[in-house]
Amino acid sequence: MKNIIRDSVAGFKTLVVGMRVTIDQFFRRPVTVHYPHEALKMPDRYRGHIELVRDPETGKSLCIACKSCEKACPSDCIFVDGLKREGEKRKSATEFTLDFTKCSLCGACVEVCPTDALRFTKSYNLASTQKQSYFFDLMKRMEEQKK
Amino acid sequence: MSFLEIEPFRIALYVVGALAFVGANAAYLVWVERKAAGRFQRRAGPTEVGPAGLLQPVADAIKLMSKQIIVPPGSDALLFRIAPVMVMAPALMCFATIPFSDSIVARNIDVGLLMIFAFGSINVMAVMLGGWASRNKYAIISAARVVSQNVAYEIPMLLTVITMLMVAGTLNLHEIVKQQEAGFWAWNIFRLGTNPLMPVTFVIFFTCMLAETNRAPFDMAEAESELVAGAYTEYSGMGFGVFFMGEYANIVIGCAVATVLFLGGWGSPVGFLPGVWWFLAKMYFLIFTVIWIRWTFPRTQFYGLLNLSWKILIPFSLATLVLTSIVMKIPRMF
Repeated sequence: MKNIIRDSVAGFKTLVVGMRVTIDQFFRRPVTVHYPHEALKMPDRYRGHIELVRDPETGKSLCIACKSCEKACPSDCIFVDGLKREGEKRKSATEFTLDFTKCSLCGACVEVCPTDALRFTKSYNLASTQKQSYFFDLMKRMEEQKK
Repeated sequence: MSFLEIEPFRIALYVVGALAFVGANAAYLVWVERKAAGRFQRRAGPTEVGPAGLLQPVADAIKLMSKQIIVPPGSDALLFRIAPVMVMAPALMCFATIPFSDSIVARNIDVGLLMIFAFGSINVMAVMLGGWASRNKYAIISAARVVSQNVAYEIPMLLTVITMLMVAGTLNLHEIVKQQEAGFWAWNIFRLGTNPLMPVTFVIFFTCMLAETNRAPFDMAEAESELVAGAYTEYSGMGFGVFFMGEYANIVIGCAVATVLFLGGWGSPVGFLPGVWWFLAKMYFLIFTVIWIRWTFPRTQFYGLLNLSWKILIPFSLATLVLTSIVMKIPRMF
């Protein structure tokens, strides 16, 4: 008899404690971000698809078309082509395409690049209804960014 | 003679008023519930349809009304169609006798309290019929659950109501509020002179009210993680919509009755504002508490639910009943 009353009172107390916890949360600010209207800033180490880095002095790609990334890529989704221009010590890339349908964002290409010509972007709004929109021409992309 | 005293006008006004009140409440309590649920979980709730999501109930209503009501093959078509009506109609009937203020009451019946509990129990039968008629295993399990749950919780609820009747001495809701008009110390929940366990009686009544309206943590009938949607599994479109509205209408009635019985109805604790606002404030505070409880506690297990009723609520409500009768009778013996 005594136990039942004591247990019931103790049980009721725990219910009140629980309700105090939730009402405390009720009066705090919501933490959700309303995604299409507002978005969180991506963290520094976020891995989007890769892009080419531009040489700050010449404004051209740092890529020397060594094809290390092409070889390092486990999914075989990078294609690089290049030539040696007159008066330049190094080769330069003429074509750099990424097949993002295969890319697993492993970062092997970024790691292997001897001239640090590749980096991750922070773009993530990449939904599309066409497969074609996932074949990125990274040279063109870099040129467009210049404008 | 004002036109309010002409009988047909009065009936028409009541019907329109009750329908509007129930409809608006059912629609916007869904919005309140979703908003509150959001806030309890540090979300924002509906925001997209209209300012602060205020048009969400309208959008939901249009969606529900435009959907086809599918009667599953092999089900009892008549019962299947009647069940939602049987949830909604008694809820509307109950509004006839609830006194919103000294002058706002559709029909001041002497047995108002009895009438509310009589119509209130039909709700259970409607959910059971709906579940049975659906010819769906989840719905039938839910129907069985709803009956055993409500048999268990009707008893402590009525025991607390008997306690209140002994204190008040009348079934007339208007009279019950009149007795508590002196101030907040005269509200039944604080009248410790008649029964020192009055707040406990209120808690028991409120708990039973939650169970009777199938609200979490006692939502055994609609345990979506176990029974899909319980008795409502096979209902589509407005069939489901009416069940949903009926649920909220029953919550409104339960909270209104709790306000009348325990919290002094339209009586104001401080003295300003007309009584009807105080009634609504108390009622909506209780409704908020119902929502608050739902988003705080997880669903109980079924035997936990029955244990709570048979082992705790019924003994406690019997104790308050006996205690009240002793406190009330002993002074008269001398």
